[in-house]
Amino acid sequence: MLDIQTLVGLSKDLSAGLCIGLGAIGAALGEGYTAGFANKAISQRPEKGGDIAKSMLVGQAMAESAAIFALVIAVLLLFMDVSSAHPLKAFALIGAGLSMGFGAFGSAVGGGYPAAEACLGISRQPTVTGELITNMLIGSAVCQTPAIFAMVISLILMFIGFENEPLNPTWAALIAAGLSTGLSSIGSGIGGGMPAGESCAGIARNPESAGQITTAMLVGQAVAQTPCIFGLLVSFILIFKEPSATNSIVPAIALLSAGICMGLGGIGPGIGNGYAAQGAVKWIARRVEASGTLTRIMLVGQAVSQSTAIYAMVVSLVLIFVL
Amino acid sequence: MAINITGHDIVKAAALLGAGIAMGLGAIGPGVGEGFAAGKACESIGRKPEEAGLITRTMLVGQAVSESTGIYSLVVALLLIFVV
Repeated sequence: MLDIQTLVGLSKDLSAGLCIGLGAIGAALGEGYTAGFANKAISQRPEKGGDIAKSMLVGQAMAESAAIFALVIAVLLLFMDVSSAHPLKAFALIGAGLSMGFGAFGSAVGGGYPAAEACLGISRQPTVTGELITNMLIGSAVCQTPAIFAMVISLILMFIGFENEPLNPTWAALIAAGLSTGLSSIGSGIGGGMPAGESCAGIARNPESAGQITTAMLVGQAVAQTPCIFGLLVSFILIFKEPSATNSIVPAIALLSAGICMGLGGIGPGIGNGYAAQGAVKWIARRVEASGTLTRIMLVGQAVSQSTAIYAMVVSLVLIFVL
Repeated sequence: MAINITGHDIVKAAALLGAGIAMGLGAIGPGVGEGFAAGKACESIGRKPEEAGLITRTMLVGQAVSESTGIYSLVVALLLIFVV
């Protein structure tokens, strides 16, 4: 017969494994993508090999940060003291691992795009190396936002006490809170990376318009973060709404379903917003006088693409509050 | 605390879980598809800014069609929540 402390200990170790296991996938993909294009860039202009390698390493370090967050959470989980933990802690820790594990994926993949395009840009236009690296750093910093949201949810789930909450529906709310922010961060991270990559390509093509290109990139990225902000909102509601105790399984499954719904539902709109911003940034770099029209159409397109994330949020809120 | 699970509870719980999965997975495709349409519309407007009106109209019609599966998911999710 398992006692509570063994169970919480098991869940802490399982969660640490999930966190760094899932969290490492994105960083490997994103950094590999960057390295591939850095090689291509060096083959095009071998005399700039040093600058390109430097920019590759800086970009990879940015993309790596999401995986480092996952490592930090995994280490904190491994060395956590659970000797007097409440049984709900077992579920909170699984939620924390899932949130950070999934949440690191998108940001790390997204961070790979601007780094790759900055390397290609240096080989194309070596005179603007400084501007390219600055723009890459801004773009990949914004890409890390979803991973930071996921880390916030993980830390809350790890360090808040749940002693006064009823065991039955709360266990599902804690796992669902992790899934909601974690899964919805995938889309926003990848979607934030797409315009960032395209803006580095655009600055290399048309350095005089760097200001407009960076502005359009930031607007596009900001809208692409919306789905993971919805995910964060649903997570906060799930964590801090105190459910009433019950001995039926139905309310618990409703809360779990709310987290899955918002998490999965955020993936597509995040990537779609990235596509829209990528197209707009690409052509603002080529035809800067049309930037007003392009930004307007980008925002209209992103708003429509956002609608399914809003449906997912509505269904989640119905599952949380109406049932 | 003992959790009582009756047959009716299992049906209700499965319907609710199904609603979340239906809306969650159903939101992925339209989100990506509509964004792709918007990206291509921006590229076309960049190529031919004087056709911006026509391109925007076509983009919105295309997105509305792409939205339909998202709306099907929403309808199925609400049916699973309130009717089943």
